[in-house]
Amino acid sequence: MSRYRVAVHIVPRRGILDPQGKAVADALHSLGFAGVRDVRVGRHLVIDADAPEPGAAERAVRDMCAKLLANPVTEDFEIATVEHA
Amino acid sequence: MKFGIVRFPGSNSDEDAFLAVTDVLAQEAVWLWHKDHELRGADVIILPGGFSYGDYLRAGAIARFSPIMREVVAHADRGGPVIGICNGFQIACEAGLLPGALLRNASLQFVSELSRVRVETSETRFSNQYERGQILRLPIAHGEGRYTADEATLDRLEQNGQVVFRYVNAAGEVDTTADPNGSSRGIAGIVNERGNVLGLMPHPERAAEAVVGSADGVALFESVLANVGV
Repeated sequence: MSRYRVAVHIVPRRGILDPQGKAVADALHSLGFAGVRDVRVGRHLVIDADAPEPGAAERAVRDMCAKLLANPVTEDFEIATVEHA
Repeated sequence: MKFGIVRFPGSNSDEDAFLAVTDVLAQEAVWLWHKDHELRGADVIILPGGFSYGDYLRAGAIARFSPIMREVVAHADRGGPVIGICNGFQIACEAGLLPGALLRNASLQFVSELSRVRVETSETRFSNQYERGQILRLPIAHGEGRYTADEATLDRLEQNGQVVFRYVNAAGEVDTTADPNGSSRGIAGIVNERGNVLGLMPHPERAAEAVVGSADGVALFESVLANVGV
């Protein structure tokens, strides 16, 4: 067993209104960042977990996302990194 | 009739539900703690409003995994009635008892007001003591009440008569100004396909006596009493 640090992004699904993202986009526009087209505000989770190898750690976090960390109705998730912790 | 009122850490409408059931309806009620493993003989389960487990992660996401919820889901699977109010609606969606999800209000603001909702069907075990089209005054108090589901699910809810309550304006019409949280199609409350699980954002238990501003919520509980065993 080794310890791995798995980072996962969870964001509101495209097509679903994200009022936080819209508020941030409006603020960025007012700051002069005219190129901003869309902002979606989500969550970034960093999970330290013991697993036999990195693939197993990633699979475990995918399972966690499906069962608890992300809402399958409204959110998408993406594994950002898997590193030795 | 025995009502079981679930208490999670962070529930805050539990006492209101208890009083509505016992004082106003003169029914029996028992408390169910989130760590309990049995329903103590309750016929009807109420998942009350509040901020269970601090609403960490997502509203209702953690509460869904508490021991009592295993029993509540089994009760619903047997056809037993379950009423999810506000946070209870969020928990019921997270637990898969109802389709869809409740997201942050479109305004990003917490709304606390006396809402106007229209009864869309009187043919459910939770609305049979109302008239279809009747307008109710029920309080709302939530930050995450924007009912969201994909278009196919919304169409199915409408076709099956599962939309029980909608937010309306003073003229009794659905419009964007009457919708306090940006819910899809103005939906304030739905039942599952089998009709034994109700979820709604407004608080009928806080509208149980005229002295607090409205008694329009009483008939919801009377509907359950009229229809249990059917």
